[in-house]
Amino acid sequence: MLIFECPYCGVMADETDLAPGGEAHIKRYGPGSSDDEFESYLFARKNPKGVHFERWRHVSGCGKWFHAARDTVTLEVYATYSAQTLEPPKALLSAIKKKNPEWEGWS
Amino acid sequence: MSTRLADHGRLIDRTKPLQFQFNGKHLKGYEGDTLASALLGAGQLLVGRSFKYHRPRGIMASGAEEPNALVNMGQGSRFEPNQRTTTTELFDGLYATSQNHWPSLEFDVGVINNYVARFLPAGFYYKTFMAPRAAWKHLFEPIVRQSAGLGKVPTDKDVDSYEHYYAHVDVLVVGGGVAGLTAARAAGASGARVLVLEQTAHWGGRAPVDGGDIDGMGPDEWVKSTVEQLEKMENVTLLRRTMGAGVYDHGYALGYERIADHTPGDGRPRHRLWRIRAQQIVTATGAIERPLSFAGNDIPGVMLASALRDYVVNWGVSPGDRTVVVTNNDDAYRTALTLKAAGLDVPLIVDARPGVTSALAQAARDAGIRVAEGKAVAKVHGGKRVTGVSIAAQAGEGASLEEVKCDAVAMSGGWSPVVHLWSHCGGKLNWDAQNAFFRPDPSRPPTGAQGQAYVVTAGSASGALALADVLADADKAGKAAGKAAGGKAGRKAAPKADAEETQKMEPVWIMPQGAGPAKRMKMWLDFQNDVKVSDVQLAAREGYESVEHTKRYTTLGMATDQGKLSNINGLAVLSNALDQEIPSTGTTTFRPPYTPISFGAIAGEARGALFQPIRKTPMHDWHEEAGAYWEPVGHWRRAYCYPKPGETHEEAVNREVINTRESLGLLDASTLGKLVVKGPDAGRFLDMMYTNMMSNLAVGKCRYGLMCSENGFLSDDGVVARIDEDTWLCHTTTGGADRIHAHMEEWLQTEWWDWQVYVANVTEQFAQVAVVGPNARKVLEKLGGMDVSKDALAFMQWADGQLGGFDARVYRISFSGELSFEIAIPASQGRAFWDALLEAGEEFGVMPYGTEALHIMRAEKGFIMIGDETDGTVIPQDLGLNWAISKKKEDFLGKRAQLRTHMQDPDRWKLVGLETLDGTVIPDGAYAVGEGTNENGQKNVIGRVTSTYYSPTLKRGIAMGLIKHGPDRMGEVVGFPTIDGTGTVVKAKIVDPVFYDTNGEKQNV
Repeated sequence: MLIFECPYCGVMADETDLAPGGEAHIKRYGPGSSDDEFESYLFARKNPKGVHFERWRHVSGCGKWFHAARDTVTLEVYATYSAQTLEPPKALLSAIKKKNPEWEGWS
Repeated sequence: MSTRLADHGRLIDRTKPLQFQFNGKHLKGYEGDTLASALLGAGQLLVGRSFKYHRPRGIMASGAEEPNALVNMGQGSRFEPNQRTTTTELFDGLYATSQNHWPSLEFDVGVINNYVARFLPAGFYYKTFMAPRAAWKHLFEPIVRQSAGLGKVPTDKDVDSYEHYYAHVDVLVVGGGVAGLTAARAAGASGARVLVLEQTAHWGGRAPVDGGDIDGMGPDEWVKSTVEQLEKMENVTLLRRTMGAGVYDHGYALGYERIADHTPGDGRPRHRLWRIRAQQIVTATGAIERPLSFAGNDIPGVMLASALRDYVVNWGVSPGDRTVVVTNNDDAYRTALTLKAAGLDVPLIVDARPGVTSALAQAARDAGIRVAEGKAVAKVHGGKRVTGVSIAAQAGEGASLEEVKCDAVAMSGGWSPVVHLWSHCGGKLNWDAQNAFFRPDPSRPPTGAQGQAYVVTAGSASGALALADVLADADKAGKAAGKAAGGKAGRKAAPKADAEETQKMEPVWIMPQGAGPAKRMKMWLDFQNDVKVSDVQLAAREGYESVEHTKRYTTLGMATDQGKLSNINGLAVLSNALDQEIPSTGTTTFRPPYTPISFGAIAGEARGALFQPIRKTPMHDWHEEAGAYWEPVGHWRRAYCYPKPGETHEEAVNREVINTRESLGLLDASTLGKLVVKGPDAGRFLDMMYTNMMSNLAVGKCRYGLMCSENGFLSDDGVVARIDEDTWLCHTTTGGADRIHAHMEEWLQTEWWDWQVYVANVTEQFAQVAVVGPNARKVLEKLGGMDVSKDALAFMQWADGQLGGFDARVYRISFSGELSFEIAIPASQGRAFWDALLEAGEEFGVMPYGTEALHIMRAEKGFIMIGDETDGTVIPQDLGLNWAISKKKEDFLGKRAQLRTHMQDPDRWKLVGLETLDGTVIPDGAYAVGEGTNENGQKNVIGRVTSTYYSPTLKRGIAMGLIKHGPDRMGEVVGFPTIDGTGTVVKAKIVDPVFYDTNGEKQNV
């Protein structure tokens, strides 16, 4: 069972206290967007073997959504961070890159 | 004949005899016995029948790896099948029966399978599917069903209780043998909080049986003194009868404590599931001896050499008077020496190795035991009991060189470390060719949340077999775990034992190595599932090259065995058949639990009323007393109807509808979701949430709104009230409150986090009562207080005030089409208000109505119900709700999705009313069929019923449905075939969905 530190309340939360929310940093496309943009926004998701940026909600705790950078193979959690961001923090990206030199990076 | 010895038995107390029953026979054992040792002590070697061929099976092992001796335990509400006799502690009055036989254990008709075994090869079950269909139905299915499964399924409710415990520790040590104790002591000395689990009732593991000196003490004495030291350490917790069941991600582990299995009915919980978070996990899980594959190795009396030794030393039980030992390694000589020392006869040690010169072999020879080198057991004689063995050259094909009479065979094919817990969460293994086993690779451990290793193996589980190596390895593991968990590295030296001189074991996968097909068909690899050497070889010939496929095709290592006994031998046979090395074949996946754990332990306290707590409205008790027939709605219970004595549910529902339409009805609407949305940006936010405009709703007014998912589909509906300049109250469906609250939070937190809006779920803060019917206003006026006249409170308005002395918020909204007030009262006042309404309404013949009357009345009005008219594929436009979709708003959730071509398709099924021609009710879920057939020859479907009821108001069947081009086909008749087998087609006319009071005059008075 995974464990994440909620960046809002600081609790080390068991997976059973959390609700998963899929890929993080998805840009919303509303009216005016092309079919391709809308399809990609609604349905296309990354499924990397390795570093994944994802959303979790501390549903049985403080109720806040947060983001996590997690390795889908080793299950290592590089960091959890605020959900109120459009992209992962720069310092986190370089820390992950330092640990995984072959990692292609976030985009 | 197995029997109780006059001496030996370090675990039993001969002054405390216990009575028990097996298959109706009254037998005697002693305190400290396992059921297996007691059965053997009482002369009962035959304990079961095998799964497929119903061959007689005896006890083979002495611990968790036992494949055969599974029994039905207990009776009635304490009955449980498939209980392992070797891990069941004996208690007075124990009641057990053998399983998988008919009519009796001694005489089993199913053994016929044994004689037709050549027709029941590997994959038999799968092959039956290739036969003609009729053969499966009439021939194979009855056979397979009859023979499937081991024990019987319990029929009575379990009377025992179970519980969960949570533990957070620095170091978890699994295993209380000398390795586990050594590791625990080393980890404990570092200051770390340590939890030690031992699956049996005794500390020390195998060491007291196998002997040796630890720090100058005998193993028993060392164990006692070490446990005493550990008990004195405040940071160390010791648990016996607790198995480490599984290791999971990020240092999570499960412990399975069998508190009261041996003291049933003493009031304690039977099992306790320990849910453990550990920084570090030390697996000191020991090793398991492997069987050897020779013909007849499943006949009762053939046992693992170490188990035979355990029975003599631990429980003073002799499985046989005359035991032939067959081995490929030194360890089995200990069994020969133990038996000899106990005064039992060991006519021969058959060693597959040529030239055996080790110290243990010399000791055996000195004790007068003959050692046959380079030899094999060609065949075991006997049926329900071993009577002798044929000896042949291991290098040959099995020509008998010598016949030896015996009544037991002790076999040892070497040892395999118990790597299960190491492997559960990704720890990798290396093949150790020297010892012919897989051992954990410390450089590829399971890794935790920070990428750190969190499992370390100790002792035999690491692959260390000699006592001195076990202790050194365990001490290292304990120190490392303590340090990794943040403790201080201890400097105390590891316990010491003398090094032993041993001779290398020799891998032997088939005995003799050149054995022909007839012999290979009698060499068991998996005793529990009846998988033989010939089955695995057949699977390889049939193309099952992957070990995982072979496992499933042959059932090798399935069920409770999980590879404990069968794994390595099976892999080796498969590898030989495929002409490849064992590491290339690899091993099957080890999955938790290590041995089966009870469903009760998994459920814990979550049973009965606690399984899923029921949500109750403030008026719940009144409904209960009024004899409500309950309907579950989400986690709530709502009254479906209130039947009077002698009344059917249908009659009650019709009465409730008529009474409400003609006079006065009350509905407990407290379960309706109530979300307060507040803040400077609340209006803007609700404009995104709802398809229609909410920001321009005037204070004091109500508006019906629709919510869609971003994918465009209708997700919830309800009436929204504007409370003040920056506050709205949103009603949701009963089942939707939590979901819609979460939906709003998600968008606020993750998309529009700069908008100033708060959402609070106040559903349970208010009781809500719908007062409905032509006399609704009169009853409120009788209660007195606020002005509820049409002028003061028009339709779709709300007002705060007092009614009969209660603080009330009154919404003039209607889900029935009648004059209707929905009144919200603080929850604590809900029941009192309900009672006041009933009293005041008596003169109008007030009656409460349930959810079914609510459904019928809304259907008569053509109002949709989320979950009936919607199913996650329906958009508001399908339901004729275009009027509730804003054309002015640039954006709302679902708007972009509804612009997609498929959503605009004129062929989408659309909502209409349906009136049966003969007045009957269309069956629930019926489909409408059109002209022609599809490519499968089925009639083309052109729509379906979404709501269908008998309308007591109109005295006929009415329905709503989604029909292709429906709104353009008013007056046409469509057919709904029934599925009752009569071929009846219900014909219905397409009409407007509003059946009652089309102009809405009644609700607007």
